[in-house]
Amino acid sequence: MLLIACPHCGPRAQVEFAYDRTLDAVVPLTAGPDAAMTALYTRANPRGWSDEVWHHRFGCRQWLVLRRHTVTHVIDTVRQWP
Amino acid sequence: MAVTGPSRAAAEPTIGFTFDGRVLRARPGDTLAAALLANGVGLIGRSFKLHRPRGVMTAGVEEPNALVTVGTGGRTEPNTRATDVFVYDGLVARSQNRWPSLRFDAGAILGLAAPVFAAGFYYKMFFGPPARWLWYERFIRRAAGLGPAPATADPEVYEHRAAFADVLIVGSGPAGLAAAMAAARSGERILLVEQDAVLGGTLLSDGGDRATIGSTRAAILAAGGRILMRTTASGLWDHGFVTCVQRLAEPGQAAGLSQRLWQVRAKRIVLATGAIERPLTFANNDLPGVMTARAVRTYARRWGVLAGQRVVIATNNDDAYRTADAVVAAGGEVMAILDSRDDPAILDSRDDPAILDSRDDPVIARGYGRFRVCRGAVPVSAFGAGGRLRSVDFRIGGTTETLAADCLAVSGGFTPVVHLHSHGGGKLDWREDIQAFVPGATLQNVTTVGSAAGEVDAVAPATASLRHPKSSFIDFQNDVTAADIDLAWAEGYRSVEHLKRYTTLGMGTDQGKTSNMAALARLAGAGATTIPLAGLTTFRPPFTPLTLAALAGPDAGGHAAPTRRLALADRHAALAAIWQPLGLWHRPRAYPRTGETLHDAALREARSVRTAAGIVDVSTLAKFMISGPDAAALLAIVCATGVKLAVGRGRYTFMLREDGMVLDDGTVWRLADDRYLLTSSTGGAERMTAHLSYAHRVLAADLQVSAVAVQEALAGIALAGPDAAAILERLTGAAAPAHMGVGSGVIAGVAVTILAASYSGERAFELYASGDAAGPVWDALLAAGATPYGIEALEFLRIAKGHIVVGGEADGRTTALDLGLARMLRKDGGFIGASALSRPALADADRLQLVGLTSPTMIPEGSMLVVVDGDPVAGHVTAAAPLVPGDGYIALALLRGGRARLGHHLTATSPTRGQSAQVVVTQPLFYDPEGIRYRD
Repeated sequence: MLLIACPHCGPRAQVEFAYDRTLDAVVPLTAGPDAAMTALYTRANPRGWSDEVWHHRFGCRQWLVLRRHTVTHVIDTVRQWP
Repeated sequence: MAVTGPSRAAAEPTIGFTFDGRVLRARPGDTLAAALLANGVGLIGRSFKLHRPRGVMTAGVEEPNALVTVGTGGRTEPNTRATDVFVYDGLVARSQNRWPSLRFDAGAILGLAAPVFAAGFYYKMFFGPPARWLWYERFIRRAAGLGPAPATADPEVYEHRAAFADVLIVGSGPAGLAAAMAAARSGERILLVEQDAVLGGTLLSDGGDRATIGSTRAAILAAGGRILMRTTASGLWDHGFVTCVQRLAEPGQAAGLSQRLWQVRAKRIVLATGAIERPLTFANNDLPGVMTARAVRTYARRWGVLAGQRVVIATNNDDAYRTADAVVAAGGEVMAILDSRDDPAILDSRDDPAILDSRDDPVIARGYGRFRVCRGAVPVSAFGAGGRLRSVDFRIGGTTETLAADCLAVSGGFTPVVHLHSHGGGKLDWREDIQAFVPGATLQNVTTVGSAAGEVDAVAPATASLRHPKSSFIDFQNDVTAADIDLAWAEGYRSVEHLKRYTTLGMGTDQGKTSNMAALARLAGAGATTIPLAGLTTFRPPFTPLTLAALAGPDAGGHAAPTRRLALADRHAALAAIWQPLGLWHRPRAYPRTGETLHDAALREARSVRTAAGIVDVSTLAKFMISGPDAAALLAIVCATGVKLAVGRGRYTFMLREDGMVLDDGTVWRLADDRYLLTSSTGGAERMTAHLSYAHRVLAADLQVSAVAVQEALAGIALAGPDAAAILERLTGAAAPAHMGVGSGVIAGVAVTILAASYSGERAFELYASGDAAGPVWDALLAAGATPYGIEALEFLRIAKGHIVVGGEADGRTTALDLGLARMLRKDGGFIGASALSRPALADADRLQLVGLTSPTMIPEGSMLVVVDGDPVAGHVTAAAPLVPGDGYIALALLRGGRARLGHHLTATSPTRGQSAQVVVTQPLFYDPEGIRYRD
C-alpha cells in the first residue's frame, strides 16, 4: 500500500485516496471532439514516471497531482491541483 | 524411536493431545511435530497425489509433508504444518488425504494414482474425449486433495491493528538480534517480529551466546520498541508496508481472540529471515525418517527428541557435521556421514587420528575424528517398511553399499529466505558457491542480513545421475519427481514458469520452499542451461499460508458491510415492510397485509397510487445543495440538459460521462437566486459526489460555488396520486405548488420543502424534512389516508411511464439518443460529455435503443429478445411489470434499432429459467401518454 504525502494532511495510507486518471486524460471543457477522444482513449501509459490525478476522498477531499514511477512506485512529488 | 534426549527430562509436566484419536502426551513448548516424533509417530500423512506415506521432514515453516488438520468444529484448521503448531492441552490433530485410515490407505494400496498423475496430466486429459474426463473426475476428486474445510463458522475473534516503527526487524536469530541491538543503541523505535514462540532462531539448536537473547530483548524494550512473538511477516509491499500475522492462540485452540493482522509501516526494514535447508534427491527420499540434517539437530537439541537411533547423514556441505555431534550427544549412533565432496574414500578416523589434520574447519575435523566419513559418497536409495526407514543404499566410487538406519539426515545446502526481499521488488543474484540466489539490489529501504543474505556454508553441486528418477522426489508436497521434470523438459518446457504450471512444482501450500532450487538444478542438468538462466518463479505474499479469517479480521458476518438505516426505518418496520437491500441501504419493497403475497401487495399499492394516493420513502436519493454566485454555471457543466430555471421552479435532468454515455439522472430545483437542489440516483450517490467535486475542483476551479451532499440530512417522502394535492393542502393549509414548482409548508409541526415532481405519472409531491424530525410527517400522511407503497410498486409505476433507471436502462453503454432523451440535450454544449457526442458510431441506427414491450403473459425480466428462437440476440428486457391499471404485461427493453421495429413481434426468452413470452415492440410509454394526470 502506497504512502502518499498529502500536502494538506501529511503522509497517509493509500486507502484514503482514490486514483482518478493520468494527467493527460483530463479533458478540458473547451476540448474539441478530437482532442477529447485523444485524451480519453490514446494515452501514453508510460513505463516510468507518470503524472496522475488522485482524490483524497477520505481525507481533505482535495484533488492532487502525483508524480509516480510505475515500475518502482516511488512517488516523487504530490501537489495540489492544478 | 528413542525419545529421551539430554534436555527431555522425564519429570517435566506433560499435556495431553490426540492424533487420529490416539491420546498422546507432550511437553509445553513442543511443536506437534516434536511431540509426534517423541511418541514414536513417524507416519503423519499421505502425499497429495500418489498417497505415499510421509512423515516430518523439517523443523520449520517450510515443512512440505507433515500437514495435519487441527481443531474441531468451526475452529478446524486444515493443512496446518505440524512443525508450526505448538501443542496445547486438548489439541486434536488428524491426518489428511487418507481413506479409510492413515495406515491402510486405499489410494496407496490399490496403486491407482501413480501411473495417472504424470507431469501435465490435466493438460493431456483435456485434449481427450470428454467422457474420459467425466470418468476420471470422480476418482480425482477423491484421490487428490488436502484437508477438508470446516463446515461451521469460526467462533474466534480476529483483529486488525496498525503499527509504526523506525525499523522493522524480521527474525530473531543471531543476525536479527545483532541488528536489533545496534538499532536499540542508536535509539530507533524497533518492531521485532518472530514467527517462533521463542526468540533465538538457530541459537536454539546450534548453541552460541544465548545471553544475547535476554540482553537484546531488554535493549529493545528500553528503547521504546516492541517484540511480537508467533508473528509472521507475511508480505512486504510498497513504501515500507509489511503485513504481519500474529497467532495469539495456536490453530484450533479456543482463546476468544485468535489472530491479529498487523499492518506495519516502517522507515527501514531488516530481513533476518534465515535460510532453508534443501533435501537431496535420490530414490524414496520421501520416506518417513528421511529428514533435513538441521531438523534432526533441532529436534535433538531444542526438544530432546531423537529422530532415530541409527542415523546416517548425507551432505554436500559442512553444516551437517554439526548434526552428527547433536545425535551422539542425544544418545544416538551415527552410522556414517556420506559427504558427496572430494574423491571417493572411506575414512574411519577412529582408526587413524592423523586424519584430524586433513581439514581446517574444526567442525569437520571433529567429524573426521569421531565418525565414519565416506567421501565422494551419495545416497542412491532409501528403503522402508511399514512407513518407516530401514536402510540406505549409497554409492561410493563404482560400488553400492548398504547401511542399516532408521533416520537419514540429509543436507543439500541452504537456500536464503529471500521472499520478503522479492515481494518488495528486490532483485536476486546467483551465488555459485552456495548454489542459491541471494538478495541483490532493492527498491526500498530494505536490508537483508545473516544467512538470509547468503552467509551459509558452501556446497558441492549435485553431479551424480539418478538411478530411479520416478521415485526421486523434488517437490514432496505436490509429488513432483525428477522424472516429471525430465518429461516436461523433453516435451519442450524450457521456461521455469512453464515448468511450474505443467508439473505443479512449487504450487503447494509450501510454495516450493524446499524444492525450487532442486528443481532448477535438475532443469539445468537436463539441458544446456544454467540455474541463473533458467530463472526463478516470482515470490508472492503470503510467505506462509494464512487463514482467510485473519484477512477478514472483524469485517465478517454482519460487520462485513455497514447497514444504512432510513430515518423512517421504525415506521416501515411497524407496517411489516419486506426489506430490500439497495447498496448499503435497506428499503421497503412492499407492505403486505395478512394473506397477501409480495406481488399482491405491490399490485394493491400501485392501484392505490393510480386511484387515490400513496406515499413512498425516497430518502435515499442523492441530494446536493449547490450554492454560490456560480451555482448555475457548475450545473451547466454537470447537467446535459438546460438548467435555466426561475426561482421556485425545477426540471428533469441527466448527466453524461466524458465518453458521452448517460451517467445518472435526477431533478434540479432553484430554491433561491444562488441556491439549487440537485437530486440523482440512490446507487450513484458516491459517484456523483466525486463527479461534482471533479467538475468543480479540476475542470472549473475558478467557479465560486459549493456543492454539499445532503443525502442523509434530509428524509424524503413522495406523495402521489389523484388525491395527493388535496391531502397536501389539507395538511399544510396552503395551495399545493404547480407541477415542477417548489413550495414549503408545515406538516404536523415539521417544516417541509415541497417539490412537485412526478415519477409515478400521477400528480405528486416530494416532501423533504430534516431526517431526525420526519416521523410525524409520515404519520400525518398515513392518517390522511395515503397508502404506503414500496419500491416494487414504484417500479410498476415508473415502467408504465418509461422512466429510466441508472444501472437498468442507463447501463453505462447507452447515450441520451439511445434512451430517447436526445431532444433535451443542450444544443450549445459546454457540459461534460458534449464533445464525445459527435462520434459517428453513436448515431448508428443499429444501436441498442430503449423501447417498450407488451404481452398478454408475464415478460421474464433480464431475458433476451430474439425474432425467432435460435436467431442472434437482438436485445434484452431491462425491467418488466404488470400494467396497472389494466390487463396484460409491459416491459422496457434495449433493442437493436428498436425505434424502427415498433409493432414487430419478438420472443423474450430466458433459457436458464425456462421462461419465455411473445411480445410486441411499442413506444416506452404505456400510461397517460399526453401527461394529463400529473399536471395541476
